[in-house]
Amino acid sequence: MEGSVAGLIHGFSVALDWHNLVYCLIGVLAGNLVGVLPGMGVLSAISILLPLTYGMPPVGAVLMLAGLAYGAQYGGAICSILLNLPCHPPHAVTCLDGFPLTKQGKGGTALGITMMGAVFGAAFGILQMIFTAPYIAKIAFSFGSAEICSLMLLGLLAGSTLAKGSPLKGVAMTILGLLLGLIGQDADSGIERFTFGVLNLDDGIELVALSLGLFGIAEFLRSVNNIAPIDTAYAKLGVSDLRPSRADMKKAAFPVLRGTLIGSLCSLIPGTGPTIASFVAYAAEKKISKTPERFGHGAIEGVAAPEASTHSSVQGDFIPTMSLGIPGDAVMALLLGALIIHRIQPGPRLIIEHPDIFWGLIASFWLGNLMLIFLNVPLIGVWVKLLMVPYRFLFPSALFFICIGVFAAKNTLFDVGTTLFFGLFGYLLLLLRFEPAPILLGFVLGPRFEENFRRALKIAHGDLHTFIDRPISAVFLALCLLLVGTQIWVRLRGPKTRVAIPTSVLDTE
Amino acid sequence: MSLLHRRDYYAGALMMLIGGGAAYVASHYRMGSLTSMGPGYFPTLLGVALAVIGIIIAGSAAYAPAPASAEAPAPRPDWRGWLCITGAALLFILLARYAGLVAATFVCVFVAALGDRDNGWKESALLAAGITGFGVLLFSFVLHVQIPIFGSM
Repeated sequence: MEGSVAGLIHGFSVALDWHNLVYCLIGVLAGNLVGVLPGMGVLSAISILLPLTYGMPPVGAVLMLAGLAYGAQYGGAICSILLNLPCHPPHAVTCLDGFPLTKQGKGGTALGITMMGAVFGAAFGILQMIFTAPYIAKIAFSFGSAEICSLMLLGLLAGSTLAKGSPLKGVAMTILGLLLGLIGQDADSGIERFTFGVLNLDDGIELVALSLGLFGIAEFLRSVNNIAPIDTAYAKLGVSDLRPSRADMKKAAFPVLRGTLIGSLCSLIPGTGPTIASFVAYAAEKKISKTPERFGHGAIEGVAAPEASTHSSVQGDFIPTMSLGIPGDAVMALLLGALIIHRIQPGPRLIIEHPDIFWGLIASFWLGNLMLIFLNVPLIGVWVKLLMVPYRFLFPSALFFICIGVFAAKNTLFDVGTTLFFGLFGYLLLLLRFEPAPILLGFVLGPRFEENFRRALKIAHGDLHTFIDRPISAVFLALCLLLVGTQIWVRLRGPKTRVAIPTSVLDTE
Repeated sequence: MSLLHRRDYYAGALMMLIGGGAAYVASHYRMGSLTSMGPGYFPTLLGVALAVIGIIIAGSAAYAPAPASAEAPAPRPDWRGWLCITGAALLFILLARYAGLVAATFVCVFVAALGDRDNGWKESALLAAGITGFGVLLFSFVLHVQIPIFGSM
């Protein structure tokens, strides 16, 4: 407890350094922007900026990239509420009640409530991180290779089966990612694996190339000539519209609280990121409402709960990433990759070995969220104008930024070719209804997974029982079994209890 | 056979192919034993696992009930867009290597823009010119990216 307070004070001294303040501001602003722009995802935005951080001090780089991740949440809500565009998956569900509110001329109120929920949710998520992450790290300190291995397996399974799409295909994508992560020189034996004699592959596939291929170019290939024009007819509002009435605030207070708690719970289960958190919060709110028929026609609770839930979950998602080195979703995997590129070994030691990064990041969460609140109000008009930039001008420009960004990562054009390859391959996967996000999870964890797997069995003299003889590892494996078992059970029982979300909303993500 | 069924057959087959291929290649590296794993052990394991999952994906497609009508139809092929985007990236690589940043940027944006049916020659060229000016300013003068403005690398 005392350690947390001291750490936090240290963190603020780091985050308030004006360099870091500027990096944080750039991050949240860019995040806000990509959150609004349809067809641009957080993943591509972080990947494009990642090479530019190679020359920066690691603390600034992490603050900036993290700012993108949570800044985008603020933009995503604007898109959903004012334009009925689910440009950002966690906010897809907000469209259901947010847009009807806009049509009734209450879009400003919806945005105001969203911000209220966002602040509350984010604050809760950050507090949760301050007080739990150091303890989780302390517990994880005693983990041997066997425990780490089982924990990673749990994280990977959860990340691939709980996310969008078919669980089976998710697992396939994770394994594919693990395999891709092994390409290059094997640290243990020095042998080059899967390089087929290509020298550029000795250091493995460039993380930026993989992610910009899968989430940048593949998206362009899918969206080109296939994006509906944006209707901004309802998207006019002034700053004064943003202040919700007392009655609306009262109506939204408990949904915000419930949404926040659901989000924070979801963030503690690896693999259930903000998207699931917001859907669960919406469904729960509809279920306990005395007037569920109002949902879908502009119920303010249907905006407040999922938005609070998203924000608390996004902040909470940093907990396993920073305290265990195990990312919950692809965005966190990318941030973890950024840490590794900056030669910072993720894992339970991070908090002790790099207090600058851990506590600086937490302090910057407070500052960044504060900046977002103040910026969001005057900037909403600007964002809406930017939305008028048609996709046909957006994607050619973005393609150029991708090409040069990937080149800048290692100063080699080979990586641009790799990006194109993964773009085409990623589009093939999309056509076959695979969700490529878990690939990133596997890719980032692959080398560490193998290393710990090898070491665990070396220590145990090749006895596989080590994974069930050690109690903590056994618990993780039991959870894995439970997870897979539940999935199979749900599958056999048939999809009955799902929230009815128009498929069109989900498909346009 | 419905679209969904065919798609899952292909999906399964692709995973079998990749998994099987990876396991085959990895089996040529030293395997070692569980106690001291060689470089081939873990990738072989992964390859086999992926292939097995591929089989399950394809297999479960055969037994799956008829897909709901909500299933979105396959997107119509858009060769113009696909070719232009792929070509733009390839031309960027080629021109950045031999002709410098200005040519690479202009051609990359121009060709990609032509991939959209609503963009004409003129609009694409204007967009490309704008991005080229901005890009050279940002990447050459501010960020010092190592591609010469003109000429080969």
